[in-house]
Amino acid sequence: MSLFWEHFFNHAFLQYAILAGLLASVACGVVGSFVVVRRMTYLAGAIAHCVLGGMGAARYLQRVQGVTWMTPFLGATFAAVVAALIISVVTFKGRQREDTVLSAVWAIGMATGISFITATPGYSEDLMSYLFGNILMVGASDLLHIAMLDAVVVALMFLFYDKFLVISFLPELARLRGVRVDVYHTALLVLTSLTVVILTQVVGLVMVIALLTLPAATAFQFAGRLWSAMIIAAGLCVLFTIGGIALSYGPELPVGATVIQLAGGVYLLVLFGKKVWRRLHQRAITNRSSNAAEQKI
Amino acid sequence: MTRTPETAAELSPEPSANARPVIEFEDVCFAYNREEVLHNISLSVPGQTLTAVVGPNGAGKSTFVKLTLGLLSPVRGRVRVFGDAPARVRRRIGYVPQHIQFDSDFPVSALDVVLMGRAEKHWIGPYRRTDRDKAEKALVQVQLQQLARRSFSSLSGGERQRVLIAQALVANPEILLLDEPTANVDTQVEHEIYELLHELNRQMTIVVVSHNLNVVTRHASHLICVNRVASLCRMTEMTEDRIHAFYRGDMAMLQHSADCQIFDPSNAMREPHHDVKGEDRS
Repeated sequence: MSLFWEHFFNHAFLQYAILAGLLASVACGVVGSFVVVRRMTYLAGAIAHCVLGGMGAARYLQRVQGVTWMTPFLGATFAAVVAALIISVVTFKGRQREDTVLSAVWAIGMATGISFITATPGYSEDLMSYLFGNILMVGASDLLHIAMLDAVVVALMFLFYDKFLVISFLPELARLRGVRVDVYHTALLVLTSLTVVILTQVVGLVMVIALLTLPAATAFQFAGRLWSAMIIAAGLCVLFTIGGIALSYGPELPVGATVIQLAGGVYLLVLFGKKVWRRLHQRAITNRSSNAAEQKI
Repeated sequence: MTRTPETAAELSPEPSANARPVIEFEDVCFAYNREEVLHNISLSVPGQTLTAVVGPNGAGKSTFVKLTLGLLSPVRGRVRVFGDAPARVRRRIGYVPQHIQFDSDFPVSALDVVLMGRAEKHWIGPYRRTDRDKAEKALVQVQLQQLARRSFSSLSGGERQRVLIAQALVANPEILLLDEPTANVDTQVEHEIYELLHELNRQMTIVVVSHNLNVVTRHASHLICVNRVASLCRMTEMTEDRIHAFYRGDMAMLQHSADCQIFDPSNAMREPHHDVKGEDRS
């Protein structure tokens, strides 16, 4: 920990990493809360694995074909948005079982990614950072991209929060009342996909679902409203990412894994603590009422 | 506003006196896969009435509601609401469904749910001041203002129903269409909900599907009896015996009423389809 703080003020890469964590936390809290209440975790998983396809293809174009502007981040964004649109169209128009479609998208995205990565020289290091993230490698331009996506996510969420709430809670009734349920559902999927891309920079695509859902799931243990859960979840996400970076820095542990372990640990602790607190509370009530009964006698 | 009407009939003026009918069915037939559910229905619901739709299970009450909302199109004949195709004027109908599917873990307050009724009133951005004012007013109307901040899933069945009525009200509907609003509540709450509908009837037409004849006869001004065939009549012309006869299928007794012709479905169903000019499926 102390080594982290010592280096933090001297090394730009650590400052970038912390900044990336802060930016990612905003999208994570805001969109993660929706993913949790709407039970869209599996959907986010499918999108995350499509990101590998985008990253792999972009890397291949960049390294082998010489298309220099095609960064893995750009490829990831493109693939995630396309995956969101495909899932949306197929589930709305295709009358297919949603989980089947998701599994297909999940596997095809992953397969495409692996093929491209294998065809690209020096693939193993790339693959590792795509799968497990490497926030310490984030550069200034990546930071700019993350900030841009973050701005899009937050702006869209602010403008359409009410619609997203209606279509999540009472989709059938909303449709009857004239709300464009399909349009807003697609928009929410696109926001999820953009958030997945941002979070992939922090923890990699294998663990992205955990970072998307654990802070929100923890927040819902305290929050009674969606918007308050969003704020708490964003705060928790800041805690987990910065804590993860700081804790892993000295002993040279993998950052992404540390972040997730921290988030998972806090989540389980909160669940356990809540259960214990409830039991104590219950006991206090029964004690009080039995005392009152004794006094009456 | 302060005068309490003695009877339901007094509340709603004569259909002829009160301008145009708001819901019109012209020789409407509807079938789900060949199985005819509604046959040759012609009726018009006058504005400002409190009309109850009654009939035994499987008689086609819900189909009637769906046709009125334009969720289903008639196989024959046509449905008009405000003289227009139902789907085009659906925003002017405040629909309260019988069952809503919702996630009980979903963190929304009663006020949030009421506000959802105004979701399509603006294109972007959060709810405006006027939306919130309207939602709070609607909660006062359904007498739930003290529960505005409570979680929706913690409310009782009757309270949820009233929240959904408030949700329909914030969109300024001209017709309030309720499908069995009292299906899951006890008699006391049922009474309260009908009192509320009575109150709302001063401002809008109310069509309520019900299976409880006792409550309906006390509150409704008009009655639509549905049993594959259907007809509308004024409550004053409908004695309780007649309604019960309708339920029992004792059609002979009902046919004595000149204004309210309810045929024996078995005979009426055999009648040929009427020819309708300009058949409309929209």
